[in-house]
Amino acid sequence: MYEFEFKRPGTIADAVAALGAEEAQALGGGQTLLPTMKQRLAAPEVLVSLSGVPEMQGVCMDDAGRVCIGGATTHATVAAEAADNYPALAHLAGQIGDPAVRNRGTIGGSLANNDPAACYPAAVLASGATIVTNAREIVADDFFDGMFTTALDDGEIITEVKFPVPEAASYQKFLQPASRFALTGVFVAKFPGAVRVAVTGASEEGVFRWTAAEEALSADFTPDAVAGLAVSPDGMISDLHGSAAYRANLVKVLTKRAVAAC
Amino acid sequence: MTKVTMTVNGKSVSGAVEGRTLLSDFIREGLRLTGTHVGCDTSQCGACVVHVDGKAVKSCTMLAAEAEGAEIKTIEGMANPDGSLSVIQQAFQDHHGLQCGFCTPGMVMSAAALLAENPSPTESEIRKYLEGNICRCTGYHNIIKAIMAASGQSVADVAAE
Repeated sequence: MYEFEFKRPGTIADAVAALGAEEAQALGGGQTLLPTMKQRLAAPEVLVSLSGVPEMQGVCMDDAGRVCIGGATTHATVAAEAADNYPALAHLAGQIGDPAVRNRGTIGGSLANNDPAACYPAAVLASGATIVTNAREIVADDFFDGMFTTALDDGEIITEVKFPVPEAASYQKFLQPASRFALTGVFVAKFPGAVRVAVTGASEEGVFRWTAAEEALSADFTPDAVAGLAVSPDGMISDLHGSAAYRANLVKVLTKRAVAAC
Repeated sequence: MTKVTMTVNGKSVSGAVEGRTLLSDFIREGLRLTGTHVGCDTSQCGACVVHVDGKAVKSCTMLAAEAEGAEIKTIEGMANPDGSLSVIQQAFQDHHGLQCGFCTPGMVMSAAALLAENPSPTESEIRKYLEGNICRCTGYHNIIKAIMAASGQSVADVAAE
């Protein structure tokens, strides 16, 4: 990788200041960014590690009953510490990558990167979570802005993510075994009076809500409720691992499985 | 260049690194501890797994500067103090858990991390934990047997030969 200046601030304020430099880039756990830099597909001049900021670490509950996760919290920590309060989210975190990747990769890094096949975006969107940054709070429906694009401004850091806890939820990941990302993944979250369904790995626009399924499941929360719905392959990802039609079919199959598992 | 200081296999070490120096490069070239192998350099294969503050990490996908102040353990730190093989290492030998040996340092470090958090894993838990460690020789069965044996469990029921 190309040379860069490395910084490891100890507070959010110092991290924000460091990211004010020209061509500066935040580093979460580096499980995507470092391989990308090795391939010279990214070449920041200043790399600001967020791993030394204690106020961005950990899992807790707020007064509103939300599970709050610091932006620099690793997948392994979420898998262990969210298990009691939001099991479906903990289960999702425990299936990302492999154990060594989960010991480094962070929730903030995953969300800021918004890989179209990443798992966390599905949980955030289906839960209606709130992304907290150093500057503001962004609701999930406004955060994801297409493949590898988010509402974050340059130098803005995800400091925390707040997840409302559904009555029941399940994430079904159809594993792409080489990358260990989702070939397609569906997160179903059942709240009182409303069901949210978020799909990752399928659309060329990145994570999205399957609103037709949400309506059907809000009326009748059974796997068969989505049986009659059609998923269009238009705009779905098509690659050597699966055609657009294959992914469109997976969306429905995985939604049914998620509802059955709730 | 930045100076980094960390504890490696119980010994305090320091060295000058560039921002872009990988932990694996610092261990291999800075400290000359070449037991940690770099197979794919893309965080797929797991040959470079070391423990950072007790957790298994792919050292080719972590910057040396990020290990400032950390406690690192590599394969060189796995043997018993008298130089004899540790229980896990001996089990790999006894059960023929290696052929060419290239993946073995990473396998042993992952196995040790697994047994530290789960002292009696099932066969399927072991296979799942090793998803990030690739071996092209053994077909894995003997590695699974070695880890079952190292955890004091019977290897008789481990699937296919």
